[in-house]
This record gives sequence, C-alpha cells and structure tokens, in this order.
Amino acid sequence: MAESETTVSLLSAEGRLEPTPSAEQFLPYFEKLTEADYRQFYADMAQIRAFDAEATHLQRQGQMGLWPPSTGQEGAQVGSARASRPQDHIFPSYREHAVGLIRGIDLLGIIELMRGTTHGGWNPQETNFHLYTLVIGSQALHATGYAMGVTFDGAVGTGDPESDTAVMVYFGDGATSQGDVSEALVFAASFQTPQVFFLQNNHWAISVPVSTQSRVPLYLRPRGFGIPSTQIDGNDVFASYAVTAKYLDDARSGRGPGFIEALTYRIGAHTTSDDPTKYRTDDELASWVKRDPVLRLETYLRGLGADDAFFDGVRDEAADLAADIRRRTLALGTPPVGKIFDHVYSDPHPVIEEQREWLAQYEASFDDVPASAEGERA
Amino acid sequence: MTDITTAQTGVTVDSEAIAPSSPAQSMQTAPAAAVDSIQTMPLGRALNAGLRKALQDDDRVLLMGEDIGTLGGVFRVTEGLQKEFGPQRVIDTPLAESGIVGTAIGLAMRGYRPVCEIQFDGFIYPGFDQITSQLAKITNRHEGSVSMPVVIRVPYGGHIGAIEHHQESPEAYFAHTAGLRVVSPSTPNDAYWMIQEAIASNDPVMFFEPKARYWPKGEVSLAGNPVPLHASRVAREGTEVTLVGHGAMVTMLLQAAELAAQEGTSVEVIDLRSLSPIDYGPILQSVHKTGRLVVAQEAPGFVSVGSEIAATVTERAFYSLQAPVLRVAGFDAPFPPAKVESLYLPDADRVLDAIDRSLAY
Ligand SMILES: Cc1ncc(C[n+]2csc(CCOP(=O)(O)OP(=O)(O)O)c2C)c(N)n1
Ligand SMILES: [Mg+2]
Repeated sequence: MAESETTVSLLSAEGRLEPTPSAEQFLPYFEKLTEADYRQFYADMAQIRAFDAEATHLQRQGQMGLWPPSTGQEGAQVGSARASRPQDHIFPSYREHAVGLIRGIDLLGIIELMRGTTHGGWNPQETNFHLYTLVIGSQALHATGYAMGVTFDGAVGTGDPESDTAVMVYFGDGATSQGDVSEALVFAASFQTPQVFFLQNNHWAISVPVSTQSRVPLYLRPRGFGIPSTQIDGNDVFASYAVTAKYLDDARSGRGPGFIEALTYRIGAHTTSDDPTKYRTDDELASWVKRDPVLRLETYLRGLGADDAFFDGVRDEAADLAADIRRRTLALGTPPVGKIFDHVYSDPHPVIEEQREWLAQYEASFDDVPASAEGERA
Repeated sequence: MTDITTAQTGVTVDSEAIAPSSPAQSMQTAPAAAVDSIQTMPLGRALNAGLRKALQDDDRVLLMGEDIGTLGGVFRVTEGLQKEFGPQRVIDTPLAESGIVGTAIGLAMRGYRPVCEIQFDGFIYPGFDQITSQLAKITNRHEGSVSMPVVIRVPYGGHIGAIEHHQESPEAYFAHTAGLRVVSPSTPNDAYWMIQEAIASNDPVMFFEPKARYWPKGEVSLAGNPVPLHASRVAREGTEVTLVGHGAMVTMLLQAAELAAQEGTSVEVIDLRSLSPIDYGPILQSVHKTGRLVVAQEAPGFVSVGSEIAATVTERAFYSLQAPVLRVAGFDAPFPPAKVESLYLPDADRVLDAIDRSLAY
C-alpha cells in the first residue's frame, strides 16, 4: 500500500513544502492557515506524544490493563481533528488520543477507560467527541446514522458555517473488512450523509498486514459505493488538514459523504500486550521512523524561523501535561461497588436494585468478621 | 482490542507457558510405546497439542481466525501451527467474524472441517447471524444430507482485568440455539481431548475456552480413553451438597468444596463440560444422594445455563430436594469495568455462602 502519484502530500518527509500535483485542489484550504496554526499543530502533536509515552509508562507500572499507543499517527489525527468545527461530531475508534485532545476531552478519561474504572470516560455531549469503540468497525454505522439525523434535522447545506454540521468517523485498515464498515458506506451513499470516513491505514491489524484486508489501495474501495475518496500521506499534518477540511466542507454543504485514506504507521506495539517483533521487520519500522510526522514539521518550522525557545516551550508544556496525567492517574481510586448496578436501565428497576442491595449487604457481612477469623467464613 | 489479556494477572501472553515446545513436539515424533505417557502442561498448550493432533490426523481440518498464523493467536493457542502446516491450513483471515463463520460454513459444505478462532468472547457477535441462523440450522434444513463439522473456539470469562468486551460469558446465547453443541473444558486433559472430539463431531460445536485457566498446568493423559464430549463429570465426590459449574468456575467450586470440607461439610462437584445438550445423569444421581444443589457460573443468572439446570432438577428430582436449587452467578448487569470485576464475579466465598443457605433449609 505504497504512495503513488495520486497520494496527496504537501509537506515532504524531509520537511519541505512541496505539494504534489494531486494536492492542488486542496491548497486553498491549506493557504488559509497561518504560521500560528502550524505551531499549534506542532504543539498538539508534541503533547499527545508525551501523553502517549507517559501512558505507556503508567501501564508498565501496573496503573492500566493495557495501553494502545498512538505514536506515529499524530499527523493524520491532528490535521483531521483541527479541520473539524465545534458543531461537528466525531466517532473515534480507540487510538485517536490526539483527536480527543483537540476536541477538548480530559485525557484522564482515556486512562480511566484503559485502567478499568469505567466503560466510558467522558461525556460526548460536551465535546461532540463520542466514546471509544472497541468492537472493530461498529462506530462506522453509528456515525452514518448520526449523519442521517443531521440531514433529517436540516442541519446541512443552509450556508451557515456556524451550524451546518458534519460527522467524521475514524477506523483502521483492519476495520475495513468488517461488514459494518461496508454497510456504513452503503447507507452513507444511499442517504448522502454529511460525513467523512477517515481511515488510518497504519498497515497492520495487530499481526495481520493490510494486504490481507485488501488487494487494492483502500481509498479505491468507497468509489465502488459511489463515495469520492482521496489517499493522503497521513504523516503529513498539512495534507491531513487540507484534505479533511475540504471533505468536511463538502459534507456540511450537503454534497454528501467522502472518504480519506491516510497512509501512516503505528510505530509502537498494537497495545502494550503485543510484541510486534513477532510479525514485522526492523527495516519496515525504520523506514517509517524516517517519515515521522513531528520531526518533519519541526524542520519546516525551523526553516520559517521558529527558534529553540519555541520548541523548549512546547516541550515543557507537553511535559506538564504528562506530569499532570501521571499525578491524577496515581490518585485514581477504585469505583464504588454500586457502579456495577448504575445505569443498567434509564430508570432504576426493582430486580437490579435487589441485586445491588444483596451485594452491599453481602460485602458488609465481611466487616463483622473479627480480625482473628479473617479468611474464614463469616 | 486484543491481548489485554493477562495484564493484571501478571502473566504475559508471551509466556512460554503456552508455547508449543516439548509436549506437542514429542507427541508428533513419539514412538507408539511412549504415547501412553502422562504429561503436565497448561490448558492453552494442551489445546495447541490437541489442534496439532487433529491437523495431523485429518488433512481436511483447517484453522482460521484473526492473528492465529504468524502471531499464534493473542493467547498463543495456535503458536507454531502455521509454520508446521502452512498458511492454507492455518489461515490468518481478514478482520471479520461474520466472514470467518460464513466462509467456514462454505468450507464445511466442501468437505473441510474448519476450526474458527474468535479472538475474544465479546467479538463473537458480528458472527452471530452466521452461527445461529445458518450454522446451527443447515443440517436440519438439508434433512441430514449436509453436516456442519465446524468448531468455533471462543476464549471467554473474566478474572484477567481486561477492558470491555474481553471478559464476557456469552455461552447461554448459543446454548439457547438448537443444533449447536456448546462445550467448555475446565482442565488441560479435557482441553486436549475435547478439542479433538469437537473437531471429529459432525455437529457444529461452540468451544468455550476459560481464558483464566489458559496458564495453570495440569496433567494430560495422551493415551487416555477420552470421556465422550457430551458427558458431565464428577470432579469431586461428596455427600451433603452438590455443586455444578463449568469452565473456570470448576476450579472455584473445588476450592469451595475444600474449604467446606475443612469445616466438616462434604460437597460433591460436577463439571458440566457440555452446556448443550446437558448430560443430566450424574447431576440427578448426585442430587438424589445429597438433596441439595448449588449451580454456579460467571454469566448473569437470568435466562442462563444455571437457570436451566435449576428448572430441570426441580422437575425431575423434586422429592429428593431438601432445599431450593440455588444459583450463584454474575449479576444481571453488563460486565463491569475491570476494577470491580472481583465484586461481580462469583468467588469461592459466594459459593460457600450459598452452601450455608442451602444447608440452612
Ligand atoms: C469485532 C472485533 N474483532 C476483533 C477484535 C480484536 N482486535 C482488536 S484491534 C484489532 C486490529 C484492528 O486493526 P485496525 O482496524 O487496522 O486498527 P489499528 O489497531 O491498527 O488502529 C483486532 C483484531 C475487536 N476488537 N473487535
Ligand atoms: Mg491498522
């Protein structure tokens, strides 16, 4: 799944602004950005990389069941998320930490999810960043259904940039094989949903290479469903921004769904439980490390005149974020027993309440056990 | 997500515990005389050995699933098998459970005996239609002219501190579907033999693997006369109370029985092995003897395997019962976040509590 001349790229792996001919139609979106935006993109990427490293440490230290790292995929995530507007809705998979950061969730929520103190972690009403979905591909249909509702509500194509709404769904190369993702494409095409399908092709679904999921570049698949698509260099934050901005604009204007395939790579393991040396080569990894999304933007920014003071400032802020996450993670307790029975139904139900009470009394019965009898039966 | 697996049990998935080394390999090359040996191995490796034997014995046997080839599965149950038998017999599939089960059905029609791996309990549902509406009914619809020798392996159950969808016990959905056999081994020996029996069966078999038991070792009799796939088994004899359970719960029940014995109560433990159909013989025989029955499971109690046993024993052994049949089960709530799973899952204490309640009648 290599790049071809149709792959849209603006910022080369060496950090030079060299838009490909295929990038031309997207340049107006890029040209709206200022150097301050570039710096913001850089800060976003640096922050989430520091967060990711800290979370990995915390997992190693037993604070979480597992951690799915996002390192290497920041360009795809930051560019696309920065292209969204506050009213847009985002349906993530489980690796979109940078998108969560940009949409304004408290990143501790992701830690809590992976720690096993909650199945959620944040309230999507507050940021329009929906919950992580662990069942591969399911969220694609939710996004499409949400986008159908947006259309039914007349919230597209009014010309009001503050209220016209788009929906964006993130998913992986492995997910493209799930029926749910193909069905989402069918519904999206049928109902011309205001929606962007954002595929992060990081080349692996755990140990299975993308070549097992598809014989053709994945950006070609949606075209068979009647959905326009573009393949981008996903490690180029500018390409990710510009192409997503155009597709979201089209969606909000009522021009229907679009599909972006971002070519990227997961530099780390699938999760902290995975050992990638079992299935991929050091050479492959090294070739992608050279295409790092953060370094190339740093090179470009330095060329524009950003100095050490700027980069030091960014680094310190990222370190602060990581330290804050560490401090608050270590302070996380265990949820109360009753959590098991909360929100099973919208209203309390006697059957569930009876079980809640039984467990509370059962647990309390151990408190009566004299210390000497500990370990024996009450 | 995968492979969360053992994070909080302190056991790594990579653990050599389930790497197929000596036992499986010596089986392959062992002279006939050495075959009646007893070997000690973890349940995960016993499955690996059983799968290897099935692949050797019948070249129509295929393994298929996500990450089962190069990686050997996220629990390493298929480790080394693709290398040994090639990618056409041990197949890394695209990421689609409906696709895995649906194509297994077609392969079975073509005369193959597919063994599908579902990566985790909570990821079986995209394949639910293919399992319940298709796989379960095809033999019936063909009036017997087509059989469906498909095995679906599902690591299930809690106790590993994993995130959502990685700790569930969905066996009742499948036990409720006529035409499927549903089984669950609790020991390495049963794992080794039951997987081979499941593959040899001409019926579709849902093969639930208690993932909390993948690592502890036990004896496997490589020459043994296997107990039939559908048979339940008395795991410990006793006289005053009968406990019935399956999968990881059997270990818990044996612990509870031991604790009860220390307090002078004699408890019989029955390992169900087959959840559908259920072999009621040993259960009824035991209840006639003890007059008291406690059924335990990780799955929620409502509309469950335990409920079914309680109803049947009440119907068939009413006059032997000296107390109502009691269920010890997961609560009728979604499987909770890992940090409170120990409060959700029945443990030996809760079983002892039920024994006391039963004896109090
Ligand atoms: C329905 C379902 N089947 C299997 C899994 C186990 N699993 C978790 S992640 C994963 C690979 C996903 O690959 P991809 O879609 O490329 O996303 P990536 O992890 O690379 O971001 C698998 C098989 C799952 N979570 N859901
Ligand atoms: Mg992937």
